Amino acid sequence: MADGPIVRRVGEDALLVELDSAERVAALYTLLTARRAELPAITEIVPAARTVLLDGVADRRALARLLAGWAVPEHPPAEGPLVEIPTRYDGADLAEVAARWGVSAEAAVRIHSAPEYRVAFCGFAPGFGYLTGLPAGYEVPRRATPRSSVPAGSVALAGPYTGVYPRSSPGGWQLLGRTAAALWDLGREPAALLAPGVRVRFTPVARHG
Amino acid sequence: MAEPRWPGTAELEVVRPGPLTTVQDLGRRGVAHLGVPRAGALDEPALRAVNRLVGNPDGAAALETTLGGVALRALARCVVAVGGAPAPVTVDGRPGAWGAAVTLRPGAVVEVGPATHGVRSYLAVAGGFAVPAVLGSRSADLLSGLGPAPLAAGDRLPVGPAGDAPRADLVPLPAPPGELVLRLRLGPHDDWFAAVPGLARSIYRVAAASNRVALRTEGPPLARARGGELPSAGMVLGAVQVPPDGQPVVFLADHPTTGGYPVVGVVPHADLAAAGQARPGTVVRFLPVRD
Repeated sequence: MADGPIVRRVGEDALLVELDSAERVAALYTLLTARRAELPAITEIVPAARTVLLDGVADRRALARLLAGWAVPEHPPAEGPLVEIPTRYDGADLAEVAARWGVSAEAAVRIHSAPEYRVAFCGFAPGFGYLTGLPAGYEVPRRATPRSSVPAGSVALAGPYTGVYPRSSPGGWQLLGRTAAALWDLGREPAALLAPGVRVRFTPVARHG
Repeated sequence: MAEPRWPGTAELEVVRPGPLTTVQDLGRRGVAHLGVPRAGALDEPALRAVNRLVGNPDGAAALETTLGGVALRALARCVVAVGGAPAPVTVDGRPGAWGAAVTLRPGAVVEVGPATHGVRSYLAVAGGFAVPAVLGSRSADLLSGLGPAPLAAGDRLPVGPAGDAPRADLVPLPAPPGELVLRLRLGPHDDWFAAVPGLARSIYRVAAASNRVALRTEGPPLARARGGELPSAGMVLGAVQVPPDGQPVVFLADHPTTGGYPVVGVVPHADLAAAGQARPGTVVRFLPVRD
């Protein structure tokens, strides 16, 4: 497939690049961040589910022309930073999710902690990553009624995504467990532990440290 | 007397915070991929103007009020200026200048009254408000809670060292909008809607639920030309999202970095200052343009 991605103009100085899979979004995001210095200046590179937004572009015409000629690989490179999230799987919705999957709670924990995940994009709150990697067939809906308060560090599921609440907030995702990891730390660069492109493993632990 | 919330030399004390007064500069850049909104003054030309009046760089941190003004006591001699939404300015109860530099003696109280037109007045101090920067900006972001909290009575606001930049004597004072005309660069999802060509003839009004996140509008619902849902996509300042109720929502400075509703078009930055000054009930027209 030599066809480049679909590139749409947005507003005065942004481009929205559309791709056909989350994997290719990750691949393009990796390419863009690696080659950023060679490209016309871009203020924001924001990956999402099937798009990468390039906002505040100095020379939009030139960048659009460049991108249209790129062959975006089917998959992102396998390497990259790896973060381990020690997780105590005692979430309020673990039993319900296990029932939905037709397995025991113990098996649900094994299913969730087996794959390697990747932060596809951030949104909802600073440092809230949408992680892909849960095998197809395990998608779960959001809760019909969101909780008014979900504790910080909650490991949760919605649709095809896993996420970890960086701080206490309202939320409608299904809660599997909790981690003591600091998801958001303004003294760290980057402040988000789960920034786009980061690979993630959830490790079951009996107790928080 | 409240403890100072920020370290440094306290130079202005909040006597009356008003309904919602925040510290704002030009906002955060380069962190949208971490889910961090840009924040910053909604009326950027007004922020730049009040900073010029006191000899600050254009992007120094100033106060943004909301309809009801603010009152501050100077704890040391300082120079302030008020602009943006026109409002009565008094110093120790006596009429002071709006749109010009005013010197405050120690102990003097400067009061910005309720806006007579528009929504947001800006108060700059020579040296800028020196609250700690978070991710490169001193702006309060009311969506995610980054940056300083809205002002509360008794807060002491640190002020940076005044520079020696020349001060502007006069800044142009834009008339507040009687009717808000927002140009709309169509796309990326204008093909999701049936009636875009007729949009210019539709009359919307600013909804009361508008805030720093978005200017919400009420009017004829913009009907979908197609079904389906859009996966979350990155959002730009000025994006006009249309949720299922068909009422256009114009994203302002504290907008979320991603969103899941189609974007019929984007309002150019030059039109957003007026959007930030439009009161609920103001007539809004969207004027589709193609570039």
